[in-house]
Amino acid sequence: MSTLERARVRPTSPSRRLRHLSRPQLPTSAVAGRSLLYAILVVLAMIYIAPFLVQVATSFKTDADAASNPMSLLPQTWSTAAYERLFLNSDFPVWFQNSAIVTVFVTLGRVFFNSLAGYALARLHFRGRNVIFALLIAVMSVPGVVLLIPKFLVINQLGIYDTYVAMIVPLLTDAAGVFIMKNFFESIPASVEEQARIDGAGTFRVFWSIVLPMARPALVTIIILSFQGSWNELSHFIVATQSPELTTLTKGVASLASGQLSQGTQYPLKLAAAAIMTIPVAVMFFIFQKRIMNSTDGAVKE
Amino acid sequence: MSTTARTAAPTSGRSGIRGGETASGWIFTAPMIILLGLFLVIPVLMALWVSVSDWTGRGSPFAGSVQYVGLDNYSALLGGGGLAEQDFGTALRNNAWYVLLVVPIQTGLSLLLAVLVNRQILRGRGFFRTAFYFPSVTSSVAITVLWLFLFSSTGAVNKLLSFIGVNGPNWFNDPSGVLHNILGVFGVQTGPAALTGNTFLGISFWEWLAGPSVAMSAFILMAVFTTSGTFMLLFIAALQNLSGEVTEAAMMDGANGWQRFWRVTLPQLRPTLFTVLTLGLIGSWQVFDQIYTGTQGGPGKTTLTPAYLSYQTAFNNQAWGQGAAIAFILFVIIVFFTLFQRWLLAERQVSNRRMRPYLPSATLPTPTLPTTTAGGTK
Repeated sequence: MSTLERARVRPTSPSRRLRHLSRPQLPTSAVAGRSLLYAILVVLAMIYIAPFLVQVATSFKTDADAASNPMSLLPQTWSTAAYERLFLNSDFPVWFQNSAIVTVFVTLGRVFFNSLAGYALARLHFRGRNVIFALLIAVMSVPGVVLLIPKFLVINQLGIYDTYVAMIVPLLTDAAGVFIMKNFFESIPASVEEQARIDGAGTFRVFWSIVLPMARPALVTIIILSFQGSWNELSHFIVATQSPELTTLTKGVASLASGQLSQGTQYPLKLAAAAIMTIPVAVMFFIFQKRIMNSTDGAVKE
Repeated sequence: MSTTARTAAPTSGRSGIRGGETASGWIFTAPMIILLGLFLVIPVLMALWVSVSDWTGRGSPFAGSVQYVGLDNYSALLGGGGLAEQDFGTALRNNAWYVLLVVPIQTGLSLLLAVLVNRQILRGRGFFRTAFYFPSVTSSVAITVLWLFLFSSTGAVNKLLSFIGVNGPNWFNDPSGVLHNILGVFGVQTGPAALTGNTFLGISFWEWLAGPSVAMSAFILMAVFTTSGTFMLLFIAALQNLSGEVTEAAMMDGANGWQRFWRVTLPQLRPTLFTVLTLGLIGSWQVFDQIYTGTQGGPGKTTLTPAYLSYQTAFNNQAWGQGAAIAFILFVIIVFFTLFQRWLLAERQVSNRRMRPYLPSATLPTPTLPTTTAGGTK
């Protein structure tokens, strides 16, 4: 939990500032040790990066080339057949669109509802607050996979099965996000709001025009987490929908992988689909890289 | 909890600028309460009912035709002697090996990466961190697709193995257990009768000891690949919060780098270690996406996991009661291991404290832990 408690807004770490100060002359043993360190790091980094390079390269290969040269990073003949098929000759654009719709709504919803609830739990004094908070903690500890069948039951019972409502509404808030916002609001001084209150602003007004703008760093965290979470979500969509028009990228690509839609191995096609699917989260990652790297629980993947 | 909560305790006499906060408090939290209640609390209660009923997926589970069957669904899984018990036992075995290997390896590797990357003087720190973390942001579906290709019989991994003269296995189609294979190298083909003759949850002890299948091993590598970056970030944050004084003191006392790490740094990382182990344990008992995307439990049911079995039993076989029962047993397992681990680590902390008077004071870790990384509740 505590990891969530960390305010993720630390500017530059002290070590970063120290780095440029001075570089003393080192003895030979230290130089050897340093070289070894770099060698280990470079090898490890290669292991972590190589799969993605192979993925992108293979997506531009022909099926035969992919099978005979699985490791080469340059296709024998460049082929965009996989991409053409995905975009012109399959449901892939529909999947992409559905993922985008869900991600946008879920992210907006979480930014609003999580900060609203987080603010109330951190700042407003009302009877029942401690009970709500205790329940929130309890809810956070329920593992997601256990909820597969339960979620389907409720969605079915409410008569919203196989609709956008079923895909979006259950994801509109998350306990962990509320928790992050609550901790953030506790970390900022109350004096500014108190002043606004004395000036006669209502609670929602204070929240909307004074507190929320100050919460930008925490909101960015919520945006990162919910974007990544809903874009990569699979199990919820499996139990919430069945029709092809509502298939998301995760569900669609999973069906590609298990060979339900294609004959043969068709690795270039599958890898191209997986690569395109990775682009939005990768872009998100590189935009907010600094913040993600400084926030410890940036994206605890379960 | 927070200090603001405590100072706010005597609310009775308040008025003025605090007036009307009860109403707004409830209004502000209402969306969260409704959403989490409707899609988390109520579903769990409904599933609890379904797990003790004979609902077949038709109509409402609360219709009059649905019968209460007591703990039948649970007993079929835990001692029915049928296929349900055998599948459940197999799924538990598979996932237990997965947890047993993934949790220590990912924790160790992420700690190693954090220590390597956290050097004060290191060129390209940002690059290395990014490289190690990047697999964590990608979706499990995309990674599984990539893994299916890399570990296919003619894939990159086998190509790489062939360079060093190893004839790689047909990873995702190989149901043989790794431990059985190792024993096979030494000529042990069948287990002793004591192991093969007795069963637990429908499968023999010899089968329990088969180890992860070759197919499952590929998933284990994948889990380590995708999670080590996330946990590396947790360790880096913790390392940056450590005070240098203790390490310096140890250095003055002549402790070498190795001793400093094991005796000084690691004890101070205990809260983070706890968080990482807990998150790892919770996460690795919930293997679903990879199996759904990749193998659907095959080959030979050796990548079947309780989470996937629960889904399959309910949605494909329409045995909803049994599927829900599997989910709840899984829930209990996760809670049990989390509590067990908490107890285990707490116990060791006490014994450390007892040791304190007998150790030279300079090399001791400060008992005050970095506040920002205090033990997790999760």
